[in-house]
Amino acid sequence: MQWETVIGLEVHLQLATQSKIFSGSPTTFGAQPNTQASAVDLAMPGMLPVLNEKAVRYAVLFGLGIGAEIGMRSVFDRKNYFYPDLPKGYQISQFQHPIVGRGEFEIQLEDGSTRTIGITRAHLEEDAGKSLHEDYHGQSGIDLNRAGTPLLEIVSEPDIRSAEEAVAYLKALHSLVTYLGISDGNMSEGSMRCDINISLRPMGADTLGTRAEIKNVNSFRFVEKAIHHEFERQADILEDGGTIVQETRLYDADKNETRSMRSKEVANDYRYFPEPDLLPIVIDDSYVEALRQQLPELPTQKRDRFVQQYGLGIYDANVLADSRDLADYFEAVVAGCGDAKIAANWVQVELLGQLNRGELELASCPVSATDLAGLIARILDNSISGKIAKQVFEAMWQCEGSADAIIEARGLKQVSDSGELESMVDEVIANSAAQVEQYLAADEGKRKKLVGYFVGQVMKLSKGQANPQMVNQLLAKKLK
Amino acid sequence: MHDKTVAQLMAGLRDKSFSSAELTRCFLDRIGAMDEQLNSFISVNEEAALAAANAADARLAAGDTAALTGIPIAHKDIFCTDGMRTSCGSRMLDNFIPPYDATLIKRFNAEGAVTLGKTNMDEFAMGSSNESSYYGPVRNPWDTQLVPGGSSGGSAAAVAALLAPAATGTDTGGSIRQPAAFCGITGLKPTYGRVSRLGMVAFASSLDQAGPMAHSAEDCALLLNAMAGHDPLDSTSSPEPTEDYTAQLARQIDGLRIGLPREYFGEGLDNATAGQIDAALKELEALGATLVDISLPNSHLTIPTYYVIAPAEASTNLSRFDGVRYGHRCTDPVDLHDLYTRTREEGFGDEVKRRILVGTYALSAGYYDAYYKKAQQVRRLIKQDFMHCFEQVDIIAGPTTPGPAFALGAKSDDPVSMYLEDVYTLAVNLAGLPGMSVPAGFVDDKPVGLQLIGRHFDEARLLNVAHQYQQATDWHLRRPAAIAGGAA
Repeated sequence: MQWETVIGLEVHLQLATQSKIFSGSPTTFGAQPNTQASAVDLAMPGMLPVLNEKAVRYAVLFGLGIGAEIGMRSVFDRKNYFYPDLPKGYQISQFQHPIVGRGEFEIQLEDGSTRTIGITRAHLEEDAGKSLHEDYHGQSGIDLNRAGTPLLEIVSEPDIRSAEEAVAYLKALHSLVTYLGISDGNMSEGSMRCDINISLRPMGADTLGTRAEIKNVNSFRFVEKAIHHEFERQADILEDGGTIVQETRLYDADKNETRSMRSKEVANDYRYFPEPDLLPIVIDDSYVEALRQQLPELPTQKRDRFVQQYGLGIYDANVLADSRDLADYFEAVVAGCGDAKIAANWVQVELLGQLNRGELELASCPVSATDLAGLIARILDNSISGKIAKQVFEAMWQCEGSADAIIEARGLKQVSDSGELESMVDEVIANSAAQVEQYLAADEGKRKKLVGYFVGQVMKLSKGQANPQMVNQLLAKKLK
Repeated sequence: MHDKTVAQLMAGLRDKSFSSAELTRCFLDRIGAMDEQLNSFISVNEEAALAAANAADARLAAGDTAALTGIPIAHKDIFCTDGMRTSCGSRMLDNFIPPYDATLIKRFNAEGAVTLGKTNMDEFAMGSSNESSYYGPVRNPWDTQLVPGGSSGGSAAAVAALLAPAATGTDTGGSIRQPAAFCGITGLKPTYGRVSRLGMVAFASSLDQAGPMAHSAEDCALLLNAMAGHDPLDSTSSPEPTEDYTAQLARQIDGLRIGLPREYFGEGLDNATAGQIDAALKELEALGATLVDISLPNSHLTIPTYYVIAPAEASTNLSRFDGVRYGHRCTDPVDLHDLYTRTREEGFGDEVKRRILVGTYALSAGYYDAYYKKAQQVRRLIKQDFMHCFEQVDIIAGPTTPGPAFALGAKSDDPVSMYLEDVYTLAVNLAGLPGMSVPAGFVDDKPVGLQLIGRHFDEARLLNVAHQYQQATDWHLRRPAAIAGGAA
């Protein structure tokens, strides 16, 4: 049978506030265990939460970024369960009245088509601490540094139909939140974690199948793999006439499989009720409007502008608009060299290629936008060929200096002196009697192919520095 | 000097009739001599108290004084005290020494008040008789066979027995007013949010409120001056400005309209107690007040509403006591489940467990709408009843309790009859209003309390009425026979 995959995602986004959502402790990643846990984070008796206003601001910015309804009066609730890394025995979250209501979100697929994914809601909550089970000789260590870190839980509608769409959704979300500056989006530090709700149904059916929830997947690649694996698992069960158990599963990246978590955790009754230690968050129109004014140009807006303003294709525009840093870099190169298409090509092919090979972030890129614009300018004024330019770029990557300095030092400037070129052309023609004969005997169509041999010989003689356009012109004149 | 009011002690310290060290020594000696019998203190730290007294004396000598500089005071053991055990009357926190002070404690310390010790209380403030304390029951100084009331029974008994000139308490459903009534002292539960809850071990967050317990309304006003005010670290504390709560004490009360809710004078109220309350109301009438018959029609829903909301909040507030980070931990747990269940089984007493169970049930899936949500709706109705009444009257008056103090053990096996003790006090907490209990006579030598209820943030008016009543009566000056002639 043909199965359709139905996926909804819950993304836990860590908000980039300096301090925790309900205490003044810092949120810096990687500190020594329990050095960033205050009496509030440790849930000492009598301690009370105080809301970090910045978390509210970030949540509202997100809501505006996806055109969602903003909860003008949202309420914190207690989600009750016992776990050693949950110090209060409840998590402060939002249940009935979230700060962000319904919105939607456009994603772009590899083939250039777009899809709209519904966002059910997004709510503020605090993160739990961490239980460490190794190195404690049968006991567990508890690190509460992370406890109280502000999270925005973003819940999608079950609108996603494949692993590819899921990854596209997450990438678009990642792009949006980093544009908004509300999260560092650092996946490896857990700034964006994802629960996957997945079910199968016969293609064309309009009721939903029973779903499994895969918890806490923390990279795009693992999301893709976990969905593929879970599809296979559920399809096998259904095709054998079995039924899917609604349960929580864990993705094991090492074994590339999902497995059932203890059913006890699935059966939790969280006993949500309004948090009496905090007042409802009440915001007004002027608060929301002030934030709306602060919204930066968003990824899709920037993409559309790149298409219009620079005449780029939608795919290229998407790549370049993916991150705010990259888009800014690209636009700085355009400003410096004046040619958007060449700039787009260089940024996408050479720059991103080098960054990927070196596993570098743009922030640590050794070639500045100004330097790259300087290099492209030398192509545009025919000082060097595109091929030589790649050599120069390599050297720039090794921090040997600006494009001009490298061209100068290595003597790479293109030979455009017609006298010098003419003597090289003459030399090649003199040494290629057979080819000349063949060329002259050929018709117009074949000649176009054969001329390449002569160009190649001249380039070889000039060590690649001959101006190819001029060489072509000279050859056309001489080979008659 | 042990039989003086706070106001008199303040004057004595300023005119150098005695030093804070002498005063503190006097109360410490009385505690040493008499508290074995009453059990009103859980912890007394003589050394720290005397050091604080000496520091206060230095401030007094230097003229660098606040109102309460040098005044000894007892704190309910629910307020966290830096470096001093804070047990909340529970085995769970028997070993707990906070590394911080509650905001209320900080405020008293900043004034230069001297902490004598921490007073006994019902476990986690859950009880109306002080019999649920892990540290044993407190006895009523008027008759040691009687309960002192609860949960601030230790504070009430200590003040009544002249072991401290004043004390702090907390009131979630009557825990300041009921023991004040039983022990013949004056107690004030301020408006919800008037006094910071930071560092006060939480019972029911939306109801808990700290307040003063003392010999007179004037003393309560002096203490409230130190306690009241916004705390940026307690989101539920009110930004409403405070005032000098002594400023209006002397105001005449002629023309004051006092509402008498007929539901507070009907079935269930002990006849002799009703007689004392009537006499007190006549006294107020004689002072110029007008008595107005009013109705709080949802009063019969108060107890069921309270006993859903308070246990629901308590059930999750007490989840943090899990043996992981502080407090009691069972020995050699075999796994996590064992750690939780044995720690909590051993650490909590019966009444606490009962309320955790009730509260957990009320919040459970399938029961939430019928219990917790319904209770919140009724809570709004109860509050509306008061708001309507305050359109007609300035304050509301009635009995604090249905009858005087009962015998130790009389109700400890019957939780429902114990819960009925709070029938007149619970609604004030549900509505977030300020309420007082003022000594208003005796029934068979047992004190009776008159309850006064005010508008939100109208503590000054309540204190004014109570003070005027105390100018005309001497019930608040009566002392238990066995106590007044005691040591020092």
